[in-house]
Amino acid sequence: MTPAAILPLVVHDLCYEIGGKHLLDGISFRTAAGPRTVVLGPNGAGKSLLLRLCHGLLQPSAGTIAWAGTTPETARRCQAMVFQRPVLLRRSTAANITYVLRLQGIPRRQRRARMMAVLEQAGLLPLAAQPARVLSGGEQQRLALARAWALKPQVLFLDEPTASLDPAATQAVEAFLDHIHRTGTKIIMTTHDLGQARRLADEILFLHHGRLIEHAPATAFFSNPQSKEATTFLEGKLLW
Amino acid sequence: MLHRRVFLTLSMAVACLAAYPLSAIAADRFITVASTTSTENSGLFRHLLPLFQQDTGIEVRVVAVGTGQAIELAQRGDADVLFVHHKPSEEKFIAEGFGVARFDVMYNDFVVVGPRADPAGVKGLTDVAVALAQVAAKQATFVSRGDDSGTHKLELSLWKTAGVGVAAASGTWYREAGASMGATLNTASGLDAYSLTDRGTWISFKNRGNLLILVEGDSRLFNQYGVMLVHPKKHPHVKTADGQTFIDWLLSDKGQQAIAAFRIEGEQAFFPNARKTGS
Amino acid sequence: MDDLRAAFFTALGLMVGLDRDLVAIVCLSLSVSLSAVGLATVLALPLGAAVAVWRFPGQALVRILLNALMGLPPVVVGLMVYLLLSRAGPLGTLGLLFTPTAMVIAQCLLVTPIIAAFTRQTVADLHEEYAEQLRSLGVGPWRTLWTLLWDGRFSLLTGILAGFGRASAEVGAVIMVGGNIHRVTRVVTTTIALETSKGNLPLALALGMILMLLVLAVNTTAMVIQDAARRVYG
Repeated sequence: MTPAAILPLVVHDLCYEIGGKHLLDGISFRTAAGPRTVVLGPNGAGKSLLLRLCHGLLQPSAGTIAWAGTTPETARRCQAMVFQRPVLLRRSTAANITYVLRLQGIPRRQRRARMMAVLEQAGLLPLAAQPARVLSGGEQQRLALARAWALKPQVLFLDEPTASLDPAATQAVEAFLDHIHRTGTKIIMTTHDLGQARRLADEILFLHHGRLIEHAPATAFFSNPQSKEATTFLEGKLLW
Repeated sequence: MLHRRVFLTLSMAVACLAAYPLSAIAADRFITVASTTSTENSGLFRHLLPLFQQDTGIEVRVVAVGTGQAIELAQRGDADVLFVHHKPSEEKFIAEGFGVARFDVMYNDFVVVGPRADPAGVKGLTDVAVALAQVAAKQATFVSRGDDSGTHKLELSLWKTAGVGVAAASGTWYREAGASMGATLNTASGLDAYSLTDRGTWISFKNRGNLLILVEGDSRLFNQYGVMLVHPKKHPHVKTADGQTFIDWLLSDKGQQAIAAFRIEGEQAFFPNARKTGS
Repeated sequence: MDDLRAAFFTALGLMVGLDRDLVAIVCLSLSVSLSAVGLATVLALPLGAAVAVWRFPGQALVRILLNALMGLPPVVVGLMVYLLLSRAGPLGTLGLLFTPTAMVIAQCLLVTPIIAAFTRQTVADLHEEYAEQLRSLGVGPWRTLWTLLWDGRFSLLTGILAGFGRASAEVGAVIMVGGNIHRVTRVVTTTIALETSKGNLPLALALGMILMLLVLAVNTTAMVIQDAARRVYG
């Protein structure tokens, strides 16, 4: 039984404040299935916060997050998130995958087959029996990705997934991400790396100081930024 | 799946070890006797009980605590038989209906031990009250059991006879250990102090230090043992038949002879004196 | 010094000769302590994990209580269990007083707070690391408990061993609820107390050495298993 589509996502006037400080203010946008959405901006812009709010890990102070026709709790079951540092269980690589398959109630016989298929797509099958924690940084992040993908999410959130990785590992992760996207999962990703944004984005949400400055298709954004902040950022200058 | 196998093996090993105590409880016939640490420490039960078990097939489990606690145990019904050595407390036990009847079994005696140097000069005295008065006068350190045991109660009555108020002196030359006879003797040995002890404990006590017997033989140092069955009216679960068998055996010729035959370091420690009727 | 030498040779003699009484009290000591720790682990692991992970009113108070209970005086626990199991007490009809089972109960009561407090700390630390990811994956409150407990299994072992150490060293409670009955409820620690009270200090010391060897052996075994497992599982 395939769950109903939770996209498009409509965010309206989203605010998040702590102790009187507005970390996110008046954010509104709409994003549909298909394009890879990259949330771009300098550090401290509120990108991670936005992702966590959309995924339901935090509650907004004001505003709405509307998934198509469902509640946020039900929507969360169709989403998955990968963090900057992979949080893997202290078990084998394979066990990390079967753990989430078990969560979904998949019977034991099918679990093994699904797990091996997922690991193979991620290029991690030879490492299946290894303790997850002895894998390299890039391999661990790919495992985290594989684990998220094993949930068959409609939306995959990624918070600076390659910020701690070397170029080779980054490339492997991006390749896997591409594969995941092509199977139909919506990607919503944050990064402060311009190059990565150029490589991966179909759609850009540009944040600065907790505000949504620009929302545009990637080609338009990179060739013709509409705001002063975006222009400064694209020139590689420091923005504050 | 290595870890699962290891885990299972370990669990089974633990389970086997844990099952061990359960088998110990599954013994067939047994009675519980509340007695005192001094009696237990003398080794008398080690000598007597196997003989009794051989004759009757009944196992005797002795819980050895201070006299006060033994009586409390029996009053609560946690024992079937009470076997202690303080006649006034025992008679009170019967009078209050906790016991069926009291019988004399045997006696041993108490001695006053003290340091070789003997600062109170009591060595060889035959009058224990005079000796204690001298200890008080010289303010020589005396260690008491202070635990409401039979020994302790006897000691207090002797101080009273000697006309010494020890309660006031507690903490100075008079030290209350609040402990068993052996522990008290350890303290006395460590302090080079005087103390009152039953002969049985003293004979087998191995940590004497500088202490030796200084006063003995006074008839007031006489220590009578009594045995009684816990009353089934108060505690219906008491094993009256087997408990009575034990009492009868102790009072029988066989039991009395076994008591007399018991030796500590070659000396007779207990003297049987059962009478055929209750006292 | 003489006492120590005498004790050492006595201990050696007892162990080499496999003195029957010694074997009996050692086996009983091990089974009582292991049973108590086993039972305590079953109770304490979920308890400690729940206090670490779940949010409920009065949580801070429970945490303080758990830490405070680690300092439970054994004699007090012994007295309370005795009053419970005594014939004159509420559970008297069970007839558990002066049996090894009573000793297991008393030791379990003493050991559970220790293991629970250790567990709480270990699981709380793990939870900080895992909380967001587990919420993202949609792991429910009970499953979170088991996941964290299993992932923290190596650190938790330290808490369990601490509990075993406490159980093995215990004498105040077991002597009161067990009665120190020859061949029934006499364990190594209560025998040490008995022999000391008889003035048999070298023998008491020898038994003490044997007890420490026992605890050392258990700890070593646990550490070896832990290391081997760690190498396999990271």
